[in-house]
Amino acid sequence: MHELSIAMSIVEMAQEEAERHGYAQVHAVHLKLGRLSGVVKEALLSSYEMACESTLLEGSQLVVEEIPVEVYCPECRVARMVQSIQWFCCPECGTPTPDVLHGKELEVVALELKQ
Amino acid sequence: MSAEPRLVEVRKNVLKQNDVIARALRERYRQAGVLAVSLVSSPGSGKTAFLEKTLTILHSKYRVAALVGDLATENDAARLARSHAPVKQIITGTVCHLEAAMVQNALDGWDLSELDFLFIENVGNLVCPSSYDLGEDLRFVLLSVTEGEDKPLKYPTIFHSADVAIITKSDLAAAVDFNEELARANIHAVRPGMEILKLSAKSGEGIGRYVDFLEKRLAITRPIAPVGSGQS
Repeated sequence: MHELSIAMSIVEMAQEEAERHGYAQVHAVHLKLGRLSGVVKEALLSSYEMACESTLLEGSQLVVEEIPVEVYCPECRVARMVQSIQWFCCPECGTPTPDVLHGKELEVVALELKQ
Repeated sequence: MSAEPRLVEVRKNVLKQNDVIARALRERYRQAGVLAVSLVSSPGSGKTAFLEKTLTILHSKYRVAALVGDLATENDAARLARSHAPVKQIITGTVCHLEAAMVQNALDGWDLSELDFLFIENVGNLVCPSSYDLGEDLRFVLLSVTEGEDKPLKYPTIFHSADVAIITKSDLAAAVDFNEELARANIHAVRPGMEILKLSAKSGEGIGRYVDFLEKRLAITRPIAPVGSGQS
């Protein structure tokens, strides 16, 4: 259960950004969360609430955009969405491929800030 | 006063701090010519026995050292000290994984150029360590024959994050009806093309091939002989 430490990093980062832009309150944090990031959304959401207590983020919302796993198919030579993270292969031609293009994201993309 | 919130674009990796330290560690390993290998697995898969065997065998020919992560005890370091290689314990407390900063702190005062191999044993956990880059050159994921062939499918993220799968406790394979073909297929389903080595730290089966693999990787890491290794 490392989601609490991840949530605390998110809060710390958001606080710094808010202060840097001269805002007193963070209304929401928008996060990209890859299916291969190793972070569980539900655990992160409950940890986030805890991590926000007594900070500029208290009462704020964590808006999570889940990013599916996209791989490069060396046969079709295009990016393809895998159908399951238990099976890394091209869904069209079946060629196995370990080359992940998307799905490892753990990235704060935007903040909603208030005075 | 109660103005609408303003949207500010940020685009920052949450684990940026960890990644920065990991990159610095990777560069430090490269400059020192040391091959850094981390081990991840579930608790009880034989990580410490595997590492003890590794250190004991390599110690006669190479300069090896290890960092071992543990939640609370120093038992592993005491066990590994029998190999006569330098071993340092990282007690993580309540933290269920190693982070790059912990490795950096543990290496404080170590001259890496005096090493050929550095092993980093992560906390026994197949979930949390997958998110953290430790700067290692290779990540081994261990799967013991007693755990069942479907572990890779249950924990695809960590198996996918690894470079090599080590099937351990091969001496028990027959006793537990281990289906090696199925285990290999499952590993390759989550990480196509991954190198798989099967061995037993107890009987020594597969150890020769494993040591060959390490030696080849060290040669890639260090294409030029280190200074002081003899004149031509």
